[in-house]
Amino acid sequence: MSKYETVIGLEVHVELATATKIFCSCPTEFGKEPNTHVCPVCLGLPGSLPVLNKRVVEFAIKAGLALNCEIPRFAKFDRKNYFYPDLPKAYQISQYDLPIALNGYLEFELNGETKRVGITRVHLEEDAGKLVHSEFAGYSLADYNRTGVPLIEIVSEPDLRSPEEAKAYLEKLKSVIQYTGISDVKMEEGSLRCDANVSIMPAGSKEFGTRSEIKNMNSFKAVQRGLAYEVERQKEVLEAGGIVVQETRRWDEHKGITYAMRSKEEAHDYRYFPDPDLVPVMVEPVWVEEIRQSLPEMPDARRKRYISEWGLSEYDAEVITASKAMADFFEATLEEYHDAKAVANSLMGEILKHLNAQGIEIHETKLTPLHLAELLKLQAEGTISGKIAKTVFEEMFVSGKKPAEIVKEQGLVQISDEDAIAAIVAQVIADNPKSVEDFKAGTEKAIGFLVGQVMKISKGRANPEMANRLLREKLQ
Amino acid sequence: MLEEFTLAEALKRLGKREISALELTEAALRRIEAVDESVKAFVTVTSDEALAAATLMDAKRLSGEEMPPLAGIPMALKDNLCTKGVLTTCSSKILANFKPPYDATVVELLRAAGAVMLGKTNLDEFAMGSSTENSALFTTRNPWDLERVPGGSSGGSAAAVAADEVCFALGSDTGGSIRQPAAFCGVVGLKPTYGRVSRYGLIAFASSLDQIGPFTKDISDCAVVMNAIAGYDSRDTTSVPLASQDYTAQLSDGVKGLKIGVPKEYFAEGIDPDVRHAVQKALAVLVSLGAEAEEISLPHTDFGIPVYYLIAPAEASSNLARYDGVQYGYRAEADNLLEMYKKTRSRGFGSEVKRRIMLGTYALSSGYYDAYYLKALKVRTLIKQDFDEAFEKFDLILTPTTPSTAFKAGTVEDPLTMYLNDICTIPVNLAGLPALSMPCGFVNNLPVGLQLIGKPFAEATILRAAYAYEQHSGLAKKKPSLCGKGVPQDE
Amino acid sequence: MKLTGKEVAHVAGLARLEMSEGEMEKFAVQLNAILEFADKLNKLETKDILPTAHVLPLKNVFREDLVCPGLERKEALRNAPEEEEGMFRVPRVIE
Repeated sequence: MSKYETVIGLEVHVELATATKIFCSCPTEFGKEPNTHVCPVCLGLPGSLPVLNKRVVEFAIKAGLALNCEIPRFAKFDRKNYFYPDLPKAYQISQYDLPIALNGYLEFELNGETKRVGITRVHLEEDAGKLVHSEFAGYSLADYNRTGVPLIEIVSEPDLRSPEEAKAYLEKLKSVIQYTGISDVKMEEGSLRCDANVSIMPAGSKEFGTRSEIKNMNSFKAVQRGLAYEVERQKEVLEAGGIVVQETRRWDEHKGITYAMRSKEEAHDYRYFPDPDLVPVMVEPVWVEEIRQSLPEMPDARRKRYISEWGLSEYDAEVITASKAMADFFEATLEEYHDAKAVANSLMGEILKHLNAQGIEIHETKLTPLHLAELLKLQAEGTISGKIAKTVFEEMFVSGKKPAEIVKEQGLVQISDEDAIAAIVAQVIADNPKSVEDFKAGTEKAIGFLVGQVMKISKGRANPEMANRLLREKLQ
Repeated sequence: MLEEFTLAEALKRLGKREISALELTEAALRRIEAVDESVKAFVTVTSDEALAAATLMDAKRLSGEEMPPLAGIPMALKDNLCTKGVLTTCSSKILANFKPPYDATVVELLRAAGAVMLGKTNLDEFAMGSSTENSALFTTRNPWDLERVPGGSSGGSAAAVAADEVCFALGSDTGGSIRQPAAFCGVVGLKPTYGRVSRYGLIAFASSLDQIGPFTKDISDCAVVMNAIAGYDSRDTTSVPLASQDYTAQLSDGVKGLKIGVPKEYFAEGIDPDVRHAVQKALAVLVSLGAEAEEISLPHTDFGIPVYYLIAPAEASSNLARYDGVQYGYRAEADNLLEMYKKTRSRGFGSEVKRRIMLGTYALSSGYYDAYYLKALKVRTLIKQDFDEAFEKFDLILTPTTPSTAFKAGTVEDPLTMYLNDICTIPVNLAGLPALSMPCGFVNNLPVGLQLIGKPFAEATILRAAYAYEQHSGLAKKKPSLCGKGVPQDE
Repeated sequence: MKLTGKEVAHVAGLARLEMSEGEMEKFAVQLNAILEFADKLNKLETKDILPTAHVLPLKNVFREDLVCPGLERKEALRNAPEEEEGMFRVPRVIE
């Protein structure tokens, strides 16, 4: 039983995938050349004025609903005032006391248990620009393409109790948001960002300790590592008789530490006040209902359905439904080929391996549900073995060709002709006397080696079960 | 003399081909050359562009094309209106070299209407002031007496029209910055209802109060300019999606049966007795023409100034934070960012601007927001309610525009004393109402302004009453002789 | 509500303004006069009054999610005090 309890709250920023920015008509699309997706409004030029993108509000409400929030009738925008070169107006248009959504929750599974974390609020704000810091010369360069890109900030209650929980929460959050279609939530690309507030307190205590804010964690793994480090650091501080200072700390991925950001003067006084250039948003219940209807089946519901309807295991259902693209692919494949377990295994095995290696989503390969179904049929028919299937997959990912075509082109049809295999078996026995002896002496795994040799000679095309059977018969 | 024409007269003669647009513009340029050294209304004179634009208008007319409504009319713009590629300084050091890459909506509208821009006019820095003495560039003079101020903050525009340098000009009004200089300079100045004219491209001072409006030589000119600039703009969220109207249509309808409220708070001690007298005479004229007048009370009038001097600086402190030397404008040399910010802003802004930024920052700061800013917003509701109640019974409210006539330059040092100049105009901005100032008499050869306040979007009613009075008073014809006991030195 | 010199300095810092001691004193005096004047507002009972943040009863002013042309980069950079590689250059931010 640990002496201390960890308390973590997460602030997650999500970039909304609207075509244009929140307050102007510049494209949100990632612009290669700096300062080419700008206009007087997002540059904050004197005399410019903001006009709210309706789609942004719709997406934010969608996120709120997906997170089980209340959508208040009345929302407004406020100015958050501070000076920084990536903030052209020297204020950020955000929401202070009347955000778009409140009081929701997110549930996720960890170690077989369901955990519920409260969502305090979801609010809209505009993104700032990007600063490039020059290491040697003492200057920075500002690119305002990103200024004004719409963000929602999702603030959790401090309900998380470990770095593992934090990571699991993030993964679930990403999945839920991805399902809504409002963002592609890719941390690597910056469309999902996470800051954490973490503190520790004596186990069983009712009062939270002083918290520090951790920034610059750029992957889920980094979040877990960063939080783990910070918890240990705080423990060490307390053990040494010191007190934890409320401050903002930066995670250094290379060194594996957090360090205090040189906090200049005092804490920020943002002097929030209602933005006089914008008018309030009255969110009509009818509109909220429309948006609610437009939500697709959410991950949890889908997972439960896969278990009940398709007989998948809890684990399999969890993996398949983690990504909406994968779940959609699963169902589309099932329309052509009805063995749910086989499809699931394929997705979780060969396919997921490829996706993870490439760091892509399933819809970013050339593989189609139809082709997957065909491949599985070929396998079930015995035309190709599981091993050959791997080769076919590689080609399918890249070229998008039909599996039958690939098998034909590369001459991959499985050899299931007994005579043909018998001939290879004979050769293998002749070439590998030592293994034959080992097997006859009782070493079971020698047969594996011999089967492997048959596969090698046949360039993977021999039916491995048949090879195994024939070898055994011959070595009787 | 060509430059003395009203807009209406000029249009008539242009239409008849008695004069050309080029001749008009050349006359305006000559006039500017002759008098602006003394008046100092202009920050930038765009002679080449003006001559080119005028020539274009003449060519258009010659080819038989249908002419836009203000074709060839010389005008000037307050230097806080963005003009693409043309210096827009807000009379501040911090924007002394700023050339916007876009036009304000009203500028686009006036260009489309064929008006010819002669230049940009001087103002109190960032529109903060009531005399134009806060300009970081130079002080504009009142054409009626060159030792006196033209009023502010749109002093340059008011003076340019009064001195016949242009036919009309645009200004902006946050607490009286069109009406007060109009009164001091003896011209017509209208602040439209908040939301009637697009603010897109107006360099913001106080966003919930700012409005753009015209300075003209008479009432019917004012209606014509309003026709060109009023209307919905999707680029301004606070622009009202109300169809605009023809403001000239009801001008001659007269004032029979029009009910005018006369608030006693605007005729109290703080108002110069001679000013009061002139305004009351004007009221008598309107009554004689068939209007009905009655004394009313707007009990929260006195709270207008404190409310304004909390709300406006608060919004301004935020609106002016963008002047940080990063993207445009003046940038001070510095080793690090913080130093750059501080030096740029401290050197770039004048005292009044700094004062208001500090006041506004304080009013919004942690711990003080409720006591100051929020409180002011609540009292604003009370002030607005006073007007709403009055307008249930009355069509117009009549008051003096200013407590006195134009004062001598350099004589008002204390900020608070300067603020009291706006006592009659400020409540109108707080309530978002339309209001006009027009000449109604003279005291020691200095113009006195009459203010007519209307219901939201009832500019036509104001213009109608104003027109009726003007026809009777004949004051639109009186012009300054541009005299003064020498030209006082600038600081 | 009397502003001390220290508070004036704090406010100046928030607004990224710097000034000499003398100027600070002068501002303090002027600001205090204005604030005292503003204290008039405390004479009014406003507990149940709603604040007017906007004079117009406008709500739900939106625009459609359609791309429109913005500024060319050279226009955006035209007034830049310092620029490099198409970006605005500023003295280094001290992290």
